Amino acid sequence: MGQARVSSRASSIAKPNDSPYYIGLDRVSEDAYDELENPNGVIQLGLSENRLSLDLIEQWLSRNLNASILGGGGLSIRRIATYQATRDGLWELKVAMAGFMSQIMGRAVSFNPSQLVLTSGATPAIEILCFCLADPGNAFLIPTPYYPGFDRDVRWRTGVELIPVHCRSSDNFILSITALDQAYNQARKRGQKVRGILLSNPSNPVGSILTRETLYDLLDFARDKNIHIVSDEIFAGSIYGGDDFVSMAEILDSEDVDRNRVHIVYGLSKDLSLPGFRVGAIYSWNEHVLTASKRLMRFCSISAPTQRLLIPMLSDTRFTQEYIETNRKRIQSMYDLFVAGLEQLGIKCAKGSGGLYCWADMRELIRPYNEKGELELWDKLLNIAKINVTPGSACHCIEPGWFRCCFTTLSKKHIPLVIERIRKVVETCKPPS
Amino acid sequence: MAIEIEQPRVGLSKIAVSKTHGEDSPYFAGWKAYDENPYDEFRNPSGVIQMGLAENQVSFDILEEYLEQHAEEASWGKKASGFRENALFQDYHGLQSFRKAMASFMEQIREGRAKFNPDRVVLTAGATAANELLTFILADPGDALLVPTPYYPGFDRDLRWRTGVNIVPIHCDSSNNFQVTPQALEAAYKNAESLNIKVRGVLITNPSNPLGATIHRSTLEQILDFVTIKNIHLVSDEIYSGSVFSPTEFTSVAEILESRSYKDCERVHIVYSLSKDLGLPGFRVGTIYSYNDRVVTTARRMSSFTLISSQTQQLLGSMLSDEKFTGNYITKNRERLRNRYEKMVGGLRNAGVECLEGNAGLFCWVNLSPLLENQTRESELAVWEAILHRVKLNISPGSSCHCSEPGWFRVCFANMSEKTLEVALKRIQSFMEERKITSG
Repeated sequence: MGQARVSSRASSIAKPNDSPYYIGLDRVSEDAYDELENPNGVIQLGLSENRLSLDLIEQWLSRNLNASILGGGGLSIRRIATYQATRDGLWELKVAMAGFMSQIMGRAVSFNPSQLVLTSGATPAIEILCFCLADPGNAFLIPTPYYPGFDRDVRWRTGVELIPVHCRSSDNFILSITALDQAYNQARKRGQKVRGILLSNPSNPVGSILTRETLYDLLDFARDKNIHIVSDEIFAGSIYGGDDFVSMAEILDSEDVDRNRVHIVYGLSKDLSLPGFRVGAIYSWNEHVLTASKRLMRFCSISAPTQRLLIPMLSDTRFTQEYIETNRKRIQSMYDLFVAGLEQLGIKCAKGSGGLYCWADMRELIRPYNEKGELELWDKLLNIAKINVTPGSACHCIEPGWFRCCFTTLSKKHIPLVIERIRKVVETCKPPS
Repeated sequence: MAIEIEQPRVGLSKIAVSKTHGEDSPYFAGWKAYDENPYDEFRNPSGVIQMGLAENQVSFDILEEYLEQHAEEASWGKKASGFRENALFQDYHGLQSFRKAMASFMEQIREGRAKFNPDRVVLTAGATAANELLTFILADPGDALLVPTPYYPGFDRDLRWRTGVNIVPIHCDSSNNFQVTPQALEAAYKNAESLNIKVRGVLITNPSNPLGATIHRSTLEQILDFVTIKNIHLVSDEIYSGSVFSPTEFTSVAEILESRSYKDCERVHIVYSLSKDLGLPGFRVGTIYSYNDRVVTTARRMSSFTLISSQTQQLLGSMLSDEKFTGNYITKNRERLRNRYEKMVGGLRNAGVECLEGNAGLFCWVNLSPLLENQTRESELAVWEAILHRVKLNISPGSSCHCSEPGWFRVCFANMSEKTLEVALKRIQSFMEERKITSG
C-alpha cells in the first residue's frame, strides 16, 4: 500500500527552513542566552519583540483586579463563551481598538469601528487581504528590503506572488516611484497582473517612515494603475526621534476618492507587546473587502477571554496614553545606546525613525562583497559571537552587507555584552592594516 | 456643469466575490430571522427560538465553579514573570502544558481506549480552521474530499472556499439510519472519477452532525479499509466525542488504529475542539491530531495563521490537566445532554413527530416528511418557512445539509434553558395539532 501523499502546497511548506531568518530563530530556541543558566547562549536580536514596557501592563493588571484572566465582569463564562458573542469581534473591542489606533497615530485621524475586522494577529490579516484582492498567480509590488515573514504570509496558501521593488542606500532605502513604475511595467511585459502595493510603514527592517509627499505619490500611482495599497502599520506606535508618523488613513481623510483601494493592517504584537494574545486588525473603506474579510475571519478570530481583557485595557485612555509615551521614550533610549555601541565598532546605522530594530551597515566587513560574503559574516555572528541578527539577503535587500538588529528584547545592561561579542567578530573581518 | 467621471472600480479576487461562503443558504437565513426577533422569556415571549445553533450551554455552571475556586492557577499566578512570558509567547508549537492537557482530555473522553501523544497535537483557533488547514495540506485546488451526507453546512465554506477543493458527497439515506456503506463510498469515488476529479481523502464527522449519532465500529473499519485500498486520507472530525450520552457507544478511529497496531496510520488525522464538549466556541480552541509526521510539521507551520491566544492556553491548560475535574465534568455533561435529548424526543413523540435514534451531540435529526406536500426540496423549504415564521422556531432544513431525502430537519436542544425547550416543544405540539385539525 502506498503512502498517502500531501498536496503540492504542503510539500513546499514541509521543506526545512532554509532562510537565515528562520534558521537563526531556531538556533536561539535551541541555545537561548540566559544570564544565569546559559551565559554563553545565543542572544536574540533577530525577533522584533518589545520587552521594554511590559511592566506597565503588569501594573495595570494588578490595579484592575476585576479584569482578571477572564476579562471584566467577573468569571461569568456564559457571557464570553458563545460564538455569537465573539464571531465578528465584540463591538466594544472594535470601539476600543479604533480609539487606540487613533491614539497611537497621534490623534491625527479617527478610525470608525464598523470598518474594522479583528483577526488573531496581523499575520492572518495580511493573508486575508491577499485572498480578497488577488487571484493565484497575481502579484503585489513590495519595496525591498522587506520583512522575511511576508514571503510566507502572502504567498504560501494564496498563490499570490511578490515582486520586489529595490530600494538603495543612496536613497536611504526610500521607495522611488520611478522604480515602482519600472517594476509594474516589467510585470506587465511578463504577463503578470499586479493587483496592489504592499508597504510596511514604519518600514521593517529599515525603520524609516514614509513622508506625506511619498504617501500622496503612492496614492496617485495606485489610482493611475487602478490597483490596491495595503499599508502594514503595525509599528506605528513604536516611533522615536523627531519625525511624526503619518498613516495612509490620514491622507485619505482629506481626499474622498480612492478610499476603496486602501487597506490598513494593524495589531497589538509590537506597539503593545502582546504577540502571544493574537490581536490584529484590517481597516478598510471598501465595503466588499470588509464583507469578505468578516466572513473569512471565522478561520482566525480573537479568543474571547483576550477580547474581554483588552476592552477595559484599551479603553483606559489615561493608561494607554502613558504607555505610548513611556514606551516611545524607552525605545528611543535603547536605540541611542545600541546605535552608539555599534558606532564604537565603526558600524553605522541607516537613519531610523520607528520600529524595534536598527538597520546596520556592515558592508565594509564582508568579503567578498556579495551575498555569500554577507552570509559568512552572519554565520560568524551567529556561531562565534553568538548573536542572532537578520542578514539583508533574508529581507531581499539588493545591497549585501546590511543587517537588521532588534534591540528591544535586551535590557540596557546587556548592551555592552552584545557590543563586546560583535567586536570580537568585527576584529577578524577588518582588512589587515 | 461638471461631467462626472466614473472611477474604474478597483478589482477584487474571485474568492472575494464568490458565493462559496454559502451564507445565502436557509441555514444562515434562519439566523437572521432570529437576530431580528429573538425569544426572551420575559421581554419577548413570542419571539423566534433559536434551534439552529449547535452550542452547548448546559454545563457552564460547572466550568464557572471550577474557575472561581482556581482563579489563581487559571490566571498568571504569583510568578512575576508569568504574565510577561505568556504575553510574549507566540510559538506555533503552543504551550507544552496545554498540548499535554488537550491530549489527556481527549484520552479521558475515550476512557483511555486510545492514547494521544502531545507532540502530535497541533493547535488552531477553532475546528473551523483545523478542517480548512487539513484540506490545504491534503488536497490541491480542483481535488476532492468525499463527505457523507447529510453533513454540517459549514463544510461547504470551510473545506472549499479558499482551498479550491471540491466536496463529493457520499449519499446516505434513512433505509439504514443514514450509515455509510461500502457501496456508497465506491459510488462517490467513481462519481469523482467520472468528473475527472482526484479524490484525496474521506472526511467523516463522528459523532455525526447533523444526525446526532455515533458511527458504528464496523462502519469505521470499512471506511478505514476503503481509504487504505484507495491510498487516500481519512479525516475524522470528533468534535462531539465528549457529548456522547453513553461513553461505551463511541468508537474513535484512534481506537481502531490502536487495535491494528497503528499499521498504515499515516493517512489518518483527527480534528477536535472545545467548542462543543466544553461549550466554549468563543475561546477558539481547536486541534489537529495527525499520525503523519509531515502533516504535523506542515500543519504547525500553517497554524501561524490561526494561533490560539497564549492567555487562553494558560487559562484552560490548568483546568484540563485537572483529571478529577475533567472526569466529573465529562460525566455530568453527558448526563445533562442525555436528559435534554430524552426530553426533546419525548416531547416530539407526544406531538406525533419521530426522530432518528440518536446517542450523541447537541441536536436531534427529526423526520417531518409527513408534513411535506411533495417529497421535494421545495416542499421541505415551505415547511421550514412555515415553522420559522408561524411557529417561530429556527430549525435547519436537511437540504442545507445536502440530505438526499427531503423532510429531515436538525433541531438543537442544548443552546437554551430547559424552560425555553419546554416552550419550544409546546409550540411544536400546537402546530402539529393544528395541522391534524386542518387536514381533517
